[in-house]
Amino acid sequence: MADHSLSRRHLLGGAAALALTPLSRARAAGTLTAGFIYVGPKDDYGYNQAHALAAKALKGMPGLEVTEEERVPETNAVEKTMESMINLDGATLLLPTSFGHYSPYMVAEAKKNPKIQFRHCGGLWTDKDPKNAGSYFGYIAQGQYLNGIAAGHATKSKKLGFVAAKPIPQVLNNINAFLLGAQSVDPSITCQVIFTGEWSLAVKEAEATNALIDGGADVVTCHVDSPKVTVETAARRGAFVCGYHVDQSPLAPQKYLTGAEWNWLPIYKGFVEAMQAGKVPENFVRGGLADGYVKMSPYGPGVSDAARKNADAVKAEMMKGGYQIIKGPLKDNAGKEILAAGKGYPEKAAELESTNYLVAGVKGSV
Amino acid sequence: MVADAAVAPVETADPPARGLQARAWLARRSEAFLIPVGAALAGFVLFGLFLAALGKSPLQFVDIVYRGGFGSSFALGNSLQRAAPLLFAALCVALPARLGLVVIGGEGAIVLGGLSAAAAAQPLAALPPALAIPLMALAAALVGAVWIGAVGFLQAYRGVNATISSLLLSYIAIALSNHLIEGWLRDPASLNKPSTLPVGDAFMLAPMPGIGVHWGLGVGVLSCLVAYVLMDRTTLGFAARIAGGNVRAAQIQGLPVGRLIVGFTALGGAFAALAGFFEVVAVQGTANGTLAAGYGYTGILVAFLARQNPIAIMPVAFLLGGIEASSGLIQRRMQLPDATVLVLEGLLFLVVLASETLYGRLHLFSPHLWATKRAAAALPAGAPA
Amino acid sequence: MSGDLGLWSVLIAVVGGAIRVSTPFLFVSLGETITERSGRINLGLEGTLVFGAMSAYATAVLTGSPWAGVAVAGLAGGAFGLLHGFVCRLPRVNDVAVGIALMLFGTGLAFFFGKAFIQPSAPPLPAIPFGFWSDVPQIQAALRVNVLFLVGAALAVFLWWAFRNTKAGLIVRVVGDSADAARAMGYDVDRVRLFATAAGGVLAGIGGAYLSLYYPGSWNEGISSGQGLMAVALVIFARWNPLACFAAALLFGGAGALGPALQSVGVTQGYYLYYAAPYVLTLALLIATSSPDRALAGAPGELSLSK
Repeated sequence: MADHSLSRRHLLGGAAALALTPLSRARAAGTLTAGFIYVGPKDDYGYNQAHALAAKALKGMPGLEVTEEERVPETNAVEKTMESMINLDGATLLLPTSFGHYSPYMVAEAKKNPKIQFRHCGGLWTDKDPKNAGSYFGYIAQGQYLNGIAAGHATKSKKLGFVAAKPIPQVLNNINAFLLGAQSVDPSITCQVIFTGEWSLAVKEAEATNALIDGGADVVTCHVDSPKVTVETAARRGAFVCGYHVDQSPLAPQKYLTGAEWNWLPIYKGFVEAMQAGKVPENFVRGGLADGYVKMSPYGPGVSDAARKNADAVKAEMMKGGYQIIKGPLKDNAGKEILAAGKGYPEKAAELESTNYLVAGVKGSV
Repeated sequence: MVADAAVAPVETADPPARGLQARAWLARRSEAFLIPVGAALAGFVLFGLFLAALGKSPLQFVDIVYRGGFGSSFALGNSLQRAAPLLFAALCVALPARLGLVVIGGEGAIVLGGLSAAAAAQPLAALPPALAIPLMALAAALVGAVWIGAVGFLQAYRGVNATISSLLLSYIAIALSNHLIEGWLRDPASLNKPSTLPVGDAFMLAPMPGIGVHWGLGVGVLSCLVAYVLMDRTTLGFAARIAGGNVRAAQIQGLPVGRLIVGFTALGGAFAALAGFFEVVAVQGTANGTLAAGYGYTGILVAFLARQNPIAIMPVAFLLGGIEASSGLIQRRMQLPDATVLVLEGLLFLVVLASETLYGRLHLFSPHLWATKRAAAALPAGAPA
Repeated sequence: MSGDLGLWSVLIAVVGGAIRVSTPFLFVSLGETITERSGRINLGLEGTLVFGAMSAYATAVLTGSPWAGVAVAGLAGGAFGLLHGFVCRLPRVNDVAVGIALMLFGTGLAFFFGKAFIQPSAPPLPAIPFGFWSDVPQIQAALRVNVLFLVGAALAVFLWWAFRNTKAGLIVRVVGDSADAARAMGYDVDRVRLFATAAGGVLAGIGGAYLSLYYPGSWNEGISSGQGLMAVALVIFARWNPLACFAAALLFGGAGALGPALQSVGVTQGYYLYYAAPYVLTLALLIATSSPDRALAGAPGELSLSK
């Protein structure tokens, strides 16, 4: 290595060291250790960061040690990470956060370690699974519906864009909610979706964002692991953006309308407090805006007063629980009826977990 | 791409004494062992300096790698589990390398192998597992053999560079596999993680008795031994080595260079596909996007660190499995990023490759140089050395 | 916003995509052309590209100047090139393998030091609005051309000219075609290759700076999806000709834009296959243009790749 490279290495190393919080390894007796497992880098401005932010906020809790590992793939490596956290860090509460960490890996570990509590992000647990396992998730489609209301007021072209990773139920629910929110403002609004096929693929996400805007979309949102590229690309093209996973407003202060954010802290706090009180934490936790598991980014300057009023009013309705985003009469974008008039799915409806359609007005196919 | 043929040592005129002969034999043997080991140690030392420059303790690092990868039965199991797919992936590099081809697309064969095994499980569902599981392995191996064999074919008969074509084919394989997993072969019940239909509990392999690691390890070790015998103890392997050393010489001797290339690449592809097969029948139970977990790329590293020797692949895969097993602990105990292991691996790789230059040049290991030195000493003082 | 452009929008998107996406391919393939023309192959440019992206972004964040970022990325790339050239001048060391090692090493270092720079925003490189004449926003957007793209295009022409008409170009070619002849003419083969590899590294580093500072214009660990490796493949079917590299990079960039553009006009099935189109295209072109009997036309005689 040449010399100048060495000196830069020092410089950058210093910066990297500053960014890392020191974590003491001393563990007092009776302390609870919680192990967080992320599938990607924990500062991805997205999915993993949402979990890591909550873990960081937990670190202040008395009697709690937090141990974290990032970039743990959805292979048997995650089993070994869990075992390592149990054996070497003394973790008694494990929180693998990626969808694919659950089966077969976490289930196997839960069977193997009956005294350890496992809670997984994704809502997969059923009562056939081990009792020391469980899952938690948030109804984030509510946030996308509110995103859609803000977008519906902001759009001039009446065309929205959605960069999506894969056509799976969680993603489809978000696309549907985003457009239905916008159509509640103006029923003529449509939404183009582009699937990138991967959860994290920067150039493809940028190309998709450009293609959406070239197609006339003037408000864009996304469901990929890290929305950073989509948000920045859209803002540079002059389109408005709605965020996802965490607050991305610093990336596009002028163009950011609002965003659907996770707030895992109350769930994690609940698990930890239950364990510290000697109880088994809940096996199945789900909630949305009303429970504080989902929250909205503060409104950006592009959100009009009318839009704020409208979104706030719907949000207030959602806070009461039971708000039906998917509500008849409703057809999918191939013209097939999804729900007849008078019927609807509240956020807790089991049907929403197997969504396999895009509602009328979405351009794209599953 | 073609490895340099070894330079034959210059025999000196005066016959060495008996003791010297034994020492010479020992020297040549230990050269093949001590140079890479010494290089790996040098790599660790360099990495230690890197850590020290960042204000981290190299000793703590060594301690963590030991505890995370090797220091307990749990750690050993962890390392062995991670080593298992690397054995297969490395063979996919080492076998074609014997013919002078650098194949870097094993990842594609792994993914397609896993997919084929999972797809084969459905039509075979009525068969008893003892029959169906080997057939699934065969399906995987065949597809892998065709995929990487095509790389060999393109090189031998179309002159398309194997490194580039294997890379392209690997990207294409992953795209094809994603397309099928999210399309025709998708289990409608796999909602948020698209997967094929599960192969079913009856077709899942239990771990190897005693060590709790899946059978991929046992079969992987066996495959390395088979590959060693094939490459070093058969005429076929010998012919491959000649063709790898000098294609024209091999052609003049009438060796079927084209068929050798296709055969060895196909065999390598079949081995890589077995890694995917075990991922499905011993770990995941379905084929899904996680099959592309990067084993194919780490396998390249393993094969080169092992200098393409199937016997050496085993300890190297174990060592790298151990390093990767300790990666989590490195994050948690030293607050170092996950990429730390990548830096270490890259450095080890680089130093071991650079050490290739030492073969036949270190005095200690080179009997022909001993003689030269004695001869030089016998020369009158002042003569040019 | 104007109305539907229909299928025209696909064409505009492909042209725009070709301009946006091709620049990293262009720089890496031009760099690799210099290296390979001297008789060495450096597969490690993927690692150089990623490290270039990280170091450029980090420098731009710390100094506020994207051009300082480009400079640092070029220097860092040059350092990686020197390392490759230095290790490969040792006898019996395989240049392809060293490249793979450097790919790992460069990527590892970039991820290692890049953690702290995922969050902050860096100032992007400027672009020139060549679409000012049009009132169609899609065309305006497609023709916003980054300065580095123009530099790369000019460089392609310059290198094409220089390989034929300058002494340095001639020396590189002689060294690449026959080391013995070069030695007989009194050239230091290893030194020429060292510099050629370093020059290749500089260009690859700058290609990385384009990724992080212009398009997609952000630093994260998924920033490169193998552009550095693909560029090495492009060099082969560009037949070591800098002008052909430019065309190949545009073609590859445009092919990459095809998938998203097709979805935006309603071609929604099989997007994985569309996304694989650039790879299929490259492989097909390689197969079509290769021949078992003779060395590739234009291939440097010393190149291990074409032996």
